[in-house]
Amino acid sequence: MRTAIRFLRKGQVVELDNFEPTATLLDYLRLSERSTGTKEGCGEGDCGACTIALGRLHDGKLVYEPVNSCILLLGQIDGCELVTVEDLEGPDGLHPVQQALVDLHGSQCGFCTPGFVMSLFTLYHANTPGLTRQDVNTWIAGNLCRCTGYRPIVDAALEACRGGLNDAFAARAAETESTLAALQDAQDVHVGDSERFFFAPSSFQRLLETYGEHPEATLVSGSTDVGLWVTKHLRDLPKVIYLGRVNGLSTCYQDEQGIRLGASASYAVAEQFLKTIDPDLDVVISRIGSKQVRASGTVGGNIANGSPIGDMPPMLIALGAEIELQSNRGRRTLLLENFFIDYGKQDIAENEVLTSINVPRLSADEQFRAYKITKRFDQDISAVMAAFCLRVQDGVVKSARMAFGGVAGIPKRANEAEAALVGASLEDPDSWQSALDIIEGEFVPLTDMRASSTYRCDIVRGLLEKALLEISAASSQKTRVFGQRELVEGGAHVN
Amino acid sequence: MSTDLLEKTEERTSASQVVGKSYKHDSAEKHVAGTATYIDDMIEPYGTLHVAPGYASHEACGRLVTVDLSAVRAAAGVVAVLEAADIPGVNDCSPAMGDDPVLVSDRIAFHGQLVFLVVAESRLQARKAVKLAQIEVEAETPLVSVADALKAEQTVLPDYEFRRGTPEDTLGRSAHTVTSSFALGGQEHFYLEGQMAFAIPGEDGDMTVHSSTQHPTEVQHTIAKVLGVDEAAVTVEVRRMGGAFGGKESQANQWAALAALAAYATGRPCKCRLDRDDDMILTGKRHDFLVDVAAGCDASGKIEAVQIDLNSRCGHSADLSLGINDRAMFHADNSYFYPDVLIRSKRLKTNTVSNTAFRGFGGPQGMFAAERLMDAIAIKMGQDPLDVRKANFYREGENTTPYGQSVDEHDVLAALVDELEQSSDYRARRKAVEVFNAENTILKRGIALTPVKFGISFTLTHLNQAGALVHLYRDGSVHLNHGGTEMGQGLYQKVAQIAATEMGVSLGKVKITATNTSKVANTSPTAASSGTDLNGMAAAIACREIVGRLKAFGAQHFEVSEGDIELCDDQMLIDGTLRLSIKELAQLAYEHRIHLSSSGFYKTPKIIWDRERVKGRPFLYFSYGASCSEVVIDTLTGEMKVERVDVLHDVGKSLNPALDIGQIEGGFVQGMGWLTTEELWFDDAGRLRTHAPSTYKIPTATDVPEIFNVTLYESDGNPEPTIYRSKAVGEPPLMLPISVFCAINDAVASLNKGVLPKLDAPATPEAILKAVKAIKAGEVS
Repeated sequence: MRTAIRFLRKGQVVELDNFEPTATLLDYLRLSERSTGTKEGCGEGDCGACTIALGRLHDGKLVYEPVNSCILLLGQIDGCELVTVEDLEGPDGLHPVQQALVDLHGSQCGFCTPGFVMSLFTLYHANTPGLTRQDVNTWIAGNLCRCTGYRPIVDAALEACRGGLNDAFAARAAETESTLAALQDAQDVHVGDSERFFFAPSSFQRLLETYGEHPEATLVSGSTDVGLWVTKHLRDLPKVIYLGRVNGLSTCYQDEQGIRLGASASYAVAEQFLKTIDPDLDVVISRIGSKQVRASGTVGGNIANGSPIGDMPPMLIALGAEIELQSNRGRRTLLLENFFIDYGKQDIAENEVLTSINVPRLSADEQFRAYKITKRFDQDISAVMAAFCLRVQDGVVKSARMAFGGVAGIPKRANEAEAALVGASLEDPDSWQSALDIIEGEFVPLTDMRASSTYRCDIVRGLLEKALLEISAASSQKTRVFGQRELVEGGAHVN
Repeated sequence: MSTDLLEKTEERTSASQVVGKSYKHDSAEKHVAGTATYIDDMIEPYGTLHVAPGYASHEACGRLVTVDLSAVRAAAGVVAVLEAADIPGVNDCSPAMGDDPVLVSDRIAFHGQLVFLVVAESRLQARKAVKLAQIEVEAETPLVSVADALKAEQTVLPDYEFRRGTPEDTLGRSAHTVTSSFALGGQEHFYLEGQMAFAIPGEDGDMTVHSSTQHPTEVQHTIAKVLGVDEAAVTVEVRRMGGAFGGKESQANQWAALAALAAYATGRPCKCRLDRDDDMILTGKRHDFLVDVAAGCDASGKIEAVQIDLNSRCGHSADLSLGINDRAMFHADNSYFYPDVLIRSKRLKTNTVSNTAFRGFGGPQGMFAAERLMDAIAIKMGQDPLDVRKANFYREGENTTPYGQSVDEHDVLAALVDELEQSSDYRARRKAVEVFNAENTILKRGIALTPVKFGISFTLTHLNQAGALVHLYRDGSVHLNHGGTEMGQGLYQKVAQIAATEMGVSLGKVKITATNTSKVANTSPTAASSGTDLNGMAAAIACREIVGRLKAFGAQHFEVSEGDIELCDDQMLIDGTLRLSIKELAQLAYEHRIHLSSSGFYKTPKIIWDRERVKGRPFLYFSYGASCSEVVIDTLTGEMKVERVDVLHDVGKSLNPALDIGQIEGGFVQGMGWLTTEELWFDDAGRLRTHAPSTYKIPTATDVPEIFNVTLYESDGNPEPTIYRSKAVGEPPLMLPISVFCAINDAVASLNKGVLPKLDAPATPEAILKAVKAIKAGEVS
């Protein structure tokens, strides 16, 4: 067992063996290292001013991902390369993304700029051919700028990325890869004592043992939620068990029947699998949080924390996903929709750990649609999240699974409307009416800062209508403000 | 300034090529490298402590029954806990009215009003200790909304009105009348760097305070007042802010006062940096309004009479509400001539945080009312809204505003709008929108072209003054200081370009220095778009003084006439021939005991405003612009996308086109956020619940229109003698995206011709869907 975390920083391996279990990476940078280039804007992972880059090995290859350092626990960077804004300028001058921002007037007050620089640094290293404005917009959706109006920042991104990959980090990538590979060991990491610790088990066995010994410990996966308990609620979490080093827990694989997502797989990884089911999953996942949030946050975490407004559960419920839970007493599986019992109450026993999510593929006669309704298109929490999976034969709805977030204390299916829709003809909008009328009153949502109860009911109805219009392909008219979903010959989907 | 001097500088400008060029922001390299120092980044002196503010967590108003801070005092790391009684001077941080206590002791008037502060060894310890307070409030029912306050008839300031003729009578006689009532939301500044102050105590009760403020002088005065010391004992400095937008004008006072009070009490350096949630709960925002408009017009849509009632939520105290609401009234005409007119303003008192300055300072709300009125007339008369707008533009003979100032540049406004109408292809796109809407039932498009006319000058006339301090050192380098503050807008760079031009040196020789109350005193806030107009001119005057001395010296020393001497390109030329480098000249002049430092002072000419008599000329000039926006809405969900925007904007002779375009684009996107996604939501208890970026949604990159054409209007220059004939650019672009709102309104209106949509701002998806439902049901605004 190691008693220190190790990470690569400015070409050197740094070891830290003395920090609070909930110490954040941002506080480490600003208060301990005194690297003040990285800024705190909001302390909740929503503005991106604190963005840093983490270099990690994905299948042995070095990948730089943007991460919000304000809500990342320091211990989570074990085994990573930590890159901050101070590190980019070399002996030959500014980094290409920095230079492009200067040349194209991409900063005004400059406070958000280090975060943008680091997001663009990771974009630069993604080295995407044919990069579009929209690609850049999506990549920087987690970075707020209040001064420029973004246009010059996007221009700078396109300009900097045009020339291909050519910086000091790329030049020493092989060396970095081997250093990081050497840091990946099978040791458990335990920093602290038995009462206050950051513990990162390397095996599932050790995870279950330790959680069994410390059932009051806090499990942390991406820390995009737990991070706020620390920075905003100022909660003292003396015992932290981090899931990110558990061997196999983030593994995903797929076959013809479906997809198995390891519970600690990040959104960024899970998305690559889930989008093969239906393009709407891709569209919605690209709007969950931000690039930074998706690089850290996990599908498992989104489920396990039982949020009524998580975006994944409605989609997964509509698809009929199952989850697997394990403890030192054994393992069990259950349908995801049965996991959510009531607000803040899930079917999970003490010491039980969510281990995987199993998502079946659509059958040939199933049609899927998902919609995320928010005040702002990118990086916003849903007023309503809706997912529809209709089994259609000969133009008639044979069965329907329709699940919603934001309309109740838990993600919920519209059982009555589902029943009413069975037998409806796609070609006859009149036959949809009873389901539309029923669904408008099927939920009694809350009124809060995101939406009123009335609006939530209105869009639940509106989205069912939209889904039916799209699936029926009754007209060729546009149905979406952003993007387009059309049926084409042979049932393939185009977005 | 004399026209003569101005002409001379214009010649010099073309020679030196420093002014008018797109130099990058002076700190651009430091921004991208992470080396630009904000106050929280400064190296902390030994023993620095941290301040966190404390307030009742649940209630908005009522008597304080018990304030038990024993657990707070006992908490780890706590050095001091201070209450109102610990304030040695005057317990007030208001800008003028004396109605904003730093800390309260008997009752709270809004949720977030401060009761105490904690000073601790670390920021985290201070924040944790605050949570241990036991505060019991005898809660009363708060007045939260504009409607609440209207009903209760509570105001913070007297009503005010502009009147010409008898619009009540004229309205009754007009062939056509329209009325509309709507709500217009407020806005959180969301500067990326939150409120921040760092106070370092010195000897003899001196206090040096680094404050993230647009108004160092007011912070200085506030601290002196709160500590009960002379203003001369307090020095306030600000090198840069991480954004401000009006939110660090009066709103910076309290945090600086807390830091200074803590430093005074402990004798140690004290930092106060608000957590983002506290920042959003505890500081004022753009005023939200309920507006009623009515107009009478003839068959062509030409207005005969207008009545506008502007009812704003000011919050619990006056703050800057007088000027803000006045400016709303000054802009309720926007670009339109109202023959008979009555504009009335009510400044309502609520149990919410006191609303404050925000880019546009009330102007946007007034202008929005004018544009809503134009749309109402167009929909009612079945005309193209652009035609109605143009029919009512100020023109020769019809160029007097409701407050009596004449609009001299109405030709610029008309020409600019004509040009944009052509370049945006408005007419053809209007037809294309109609075709699209005929073919689509779920999605609807809308288009609008709206103008901006914004008055430049502080309407509180005495604020229109500025100072600068310039030193020429013996190596030829120039130290530049002035009263303006840098919040990202590029003021420092613009003024440096001016100073370089005036001194005849290259830009690299001009050292930009932090704004500091001990260098330039009695300054005005960097606000009202006036930063460059005022400080640029003050700096130019200081430079001219030094240049004048150098020339006089040179003429005597080299026995030539002053007219033969020219300073440019870091050189002194005599009859066009190089004689000395600026370094040699400075050294020589020093040896001949020439004074190489100068202050400069400027006051805006021509303006005078008699508020009592509603008479005068409040503005030196107007800035103009126009924008054309096209949007698409989803009638099933209310979602909206801005598809294309074209902007044409008048900055006179641009001092720096890149910085000006940055202001225009940034202002546009910020204004678009105000009118679309940014919603302030208070619960029934009067607590703001959108107090973090997770719940309060400013635009992201995706919200920026894919097609976003921004062009500077080819101007002959400001007809008024401003610095190099430039025009102010800070605030006016904020109002350009009113066209986005009007385009959304146009899209909704397409669902039921002739019916004015019941669309409130911000036009969130919910507000849009509500308007869609209402118009389908035939409900009228």
